[in-house]
Amino acid sequence: MDNDYDALVIGAGVIGCAVARELSRYELKVALLEKESDVCGGASKANSGVLHSGIYSAPKSQKARLCVQGNDLFSKFTQEIGVELQRIGKLVVARSDKEIEELEKLKKVGKENGVLGLKLIDVEEVRRLEPNIRAQCALLVPSAGIVSPYKLTIALAENAWENGVKVFLNSKVTDVSKKENYFDVKNDNLTFRTRWLINSAGLYCDTIANMLGIERHKVYPCRGEYLVLDKSYDHLINHLIYPPPENGSGGLGVHLTPTMEGNILIGPSAEYIDEKDDIRTTKEAMDKLNVQAANFLKQLPKDAYIQSYAGVRCKLIPKGCEASGDFVIEEDEKVEGFINLMGIESPGLSASPAIAQMVVDIIKSRETLKPKDEFKTRRTGRRFGLLDIKGKSKQIETNPKHGHVICRCENVTEKEITDALDNPLGVRTLAGIKYRSRATMGRCQGGFCRARIVQIMEEQYKMGVQDITFRSGDSRLFIGRTKDLRGNDREES
Amino acid sequence: MIEKKVDIAIIGAGPAGLAAAISAKTEGIDNLLIIERDEHLGGILNQCIHEGFGLEIYKEALTGPEYIQRFIDEVKELGIPVMLKSMVMELNDKRELIVSNEEGLHQIEAKAVVLSMGCRERTRGMIRIPGDRPAGIFKAGEAQHFINIRNYMIGKKVVILGSGDIGLIMARRLVLEGAEVPCVVEILPYCSGLIRNRVQCLEDFGIPLLLRHTVVDIEGKERVESVTIAEVDDNWDIIEGTERKIECDTLLLSVGLIPENELSKMAKIAMDEKTGGAIVDENFMTSCPGIFACGNVLLVHDVVDYVTMDAYLAGKNAALYVKDELIKKPKIEIKTGPGIRFMVPQKIALEDVDIYMRVLEPGFDKNIIIMDGQEVLKSKKFKRVAPPEMIKIKLKKNEIEGAKEITVSVE
Repeated sequence: MDNDYDALVIGAGVIGCAVARELSRYELKVALLEKESDVCGGASKANSGVLHSGIYSAPKSQKARLCVQGNDLFSKFTQEIGVELQRIGKLVVARSDKEIEELEKLKKVGKENGVLGLKLIDVEEVRRLEPNIRAQCALLVPSAGIVSPYKLTIALAENAWENGVKVFLNSKVTDVSKKENYFDVKNDNLTFRTRWLINSAGLYCDTIANMLGIERHKVYPCRGEYLVLDKSYDHLINHLIYPPPENGSGGLGVHLTPTMEGNILIGPSAEYIDEKDDIRTTKEAMDKLNVQAANFLKQLPKDAYIQSYAGVRCKLIPKGCEASGDFVIEEDEKVEGFINLMGIESPGLSASPAIAQMVVDIIKSRETLKPKDEFKTRRTGRRFGLLDIKGKSKQIETNPKHGHVICRCENVTEKEITDALDNPLGVRTLAGIKYRSRATMGRCQGGFCRARIVQIMEEQYKMGVQDITFRSGDSRLFIGRTKDLRGNDREES
Repeated sequence: MIEKKVDIAIIGAGPAGLAAAISAKTEGIDNLLIIERDEHLGGILNQCIHEGFGLEIYKEALTGPEYIQRFIDEVKELGIPVMLKSMVMELNDKRELIVSNEEGLHQIEAKAVVLSMGCRERTRGMIRIPGDRPAGIFKAGEAQHFINIRNYMIGKKVVILGSGDIGLIMARRLVLEGAEVPCVVEILPYCSGLIRNRVQCLEDFGIPLLLRHTVVDIEGKERVESVTIAEVDDNWDIIEGTERKIECDTLLLSVGLIPENELSKMAKIAMDEKTGGAIVDENFMTSCPGIFACGNVLLVHDVVDYVTMDAYLAGKNAALYVKDELIKKPKIEIKTGPGIRFMVPQKIALEDVDIYMRVLEPGFDKNIIIMDGQEVLKSKKFKRVAPPEMIKIKLKKNEIEGAKEITVSVE
């Protein structure tokens, strides 16, 4: 049967993609189902993109163990899929005596969790490392780093695909039922059969579990908003800059995150919300972020924001709860073959390689997995805009279309746009191009290049006016051709 | 790497770049090069199909394409070399450029450079409009490109934020295409576009202009479904209780233009915070000897005719610089005083010179006063002044003789 799988993963966020890819190392038929029009449609694209060290989570928790383990694995993990990782280190800064105490506590927890290299540094040292930051002292966390969360997730999915995983997009799971020794998983038009079912549905992990009668966990969505600074301010900080965490706040506190592309992120806020898909930004949060950034930065640039966005945390504990809650990663005790990955909020991205291995280990404990003879890894270099002159020159030699710059703010080339459009998952949306190539993500936010990209979609890919969408099929950019509306008028009159 | 040496490199082939090139060529420079990132000459005027261009220079109302075609034809007749689909990646203060195109990377050494990169539109992110992030939010100029160049229709019911000229022009354009424009929303207490555009694009079409209003929320998961507008007070704070939801499928932003000076900054050219462009002298030369700036990259102009006039001078002076005929004269600073938003040039020799400025606020029966310290050198009366309109004042050599530091203000 065509839709018969050994393992089926629900949800193509960073966890689902990492799990599917890890499973693709073995002789298994694997499917990855995603309700959105592209992978990385939820929290995985809208977070800080921080590789955490493991200083925050309670000792002996899954979060602590998997974060530290994931951090260890991350260099190899990213190398294998051609994604850049920079271990720039983190400073948790104290601005009051009370916060200094918090740093001591963090250091203690971190040490207990097995985080290496933690060091309290004095005001002089902070000034030397971060001249623009206000602080009395800081905890230096050298193993923390940055990675592009969407590049990572997309690379994992595409590498999984290259290794035989079948990826189904626009494929919302509507029903799951347990049969004798397999599951039937339904979307709007297909039924999939699978022996192992992995629930990595993120915010909707409880919905999926409920379909199998498991109601132990409920997701409490908690939104985090961010502001994005223009990359001309990339010199403001060199490390991740965090406050000490505030218990029960829902997050790790508003921090400053440098990114690989030079834009500093300010955020996230933390606000429990009613609807899981409510990724709206709010004036209140933006104003607050602005104030909180000013608490760190001696000089906050004016008019320097280029964008704002929000993501939603998948929490298993309600508002006001002091405990931070833990990941749930287990084969369900009642439903054999059903592996739940629930409540994977921060540090989920950092833990993703470790979680993927843990899933494989669960399956391995029950059956023998045969590694494939050949497992493909990926090598992708830096994008054109980030290369030096020599690198750029070489790249144009490989293909002249690399010389034609389409996105002027980020220097994304025509070849990079068509490469993004040629992605193996068949995603042909503007958001898909954006996250793969970076076009439209610069300071003019697509003011010039969006039209050129549409032109490429139209002329080179023969896409019709109805097919040009931002994300899903309903997010059309255009209502038709000019004169269409006038034409209707005339017919009526 | 392809190496090239030119006398003058002109970055950008919009109205400024083309006029500068023509004038430099006329001044006897043959080894010129126009570098343009788009696949056509002409820049943004290609998409400005409305009329009203050329009233100052040609005394006739041309469309954007008609206006710019005159320059394109002249550039072709004069045989001025052009590189299209070519992006300047780097520029330094020694006038060395790195240009990328499909042939490869070019390293170009120029004796003079003219900066004419134009400007870009401010975005939703910059003005921090909260809400959902669906499809259906366009910058006005971007929408103009989609409609006029690509013939895509962007929406059926379009709210426009910002009463800048492009916003007003687009309001009319959308109505002509059969769309509904329920209102143009402006945060300022006055229209920020030219009067003629307000009359011809809004009033003639019965489109309401809501002053002291802004967009405070956008709703819609996939495509815009509504925007919420509200009244603001003098500090631009939202007046509670005035929020009003307007159903629409599109939001157009016409919230200001920013000179595109990334290359200028890369070359460490001194910038003017007020204009967002380079600091120039009366020859349009920047703080980097041999690098000139003109058009909207220098300051955002109201009408293209002034861009052309600036650019003729900038091109001519670049040519003189190359020929070593640009006479070095001592310069004094000329500063903005009360009531003036920005002004160019910022440095002048004590010779006949035109200065361009915009005022901060609209007013009637105002005097533009030119002072040297406490001494009034010149005062010129205007029946009406308004921020959207550039004011040009001619200073004569005899009026400014002996001045040390000139300040310009409105009273």
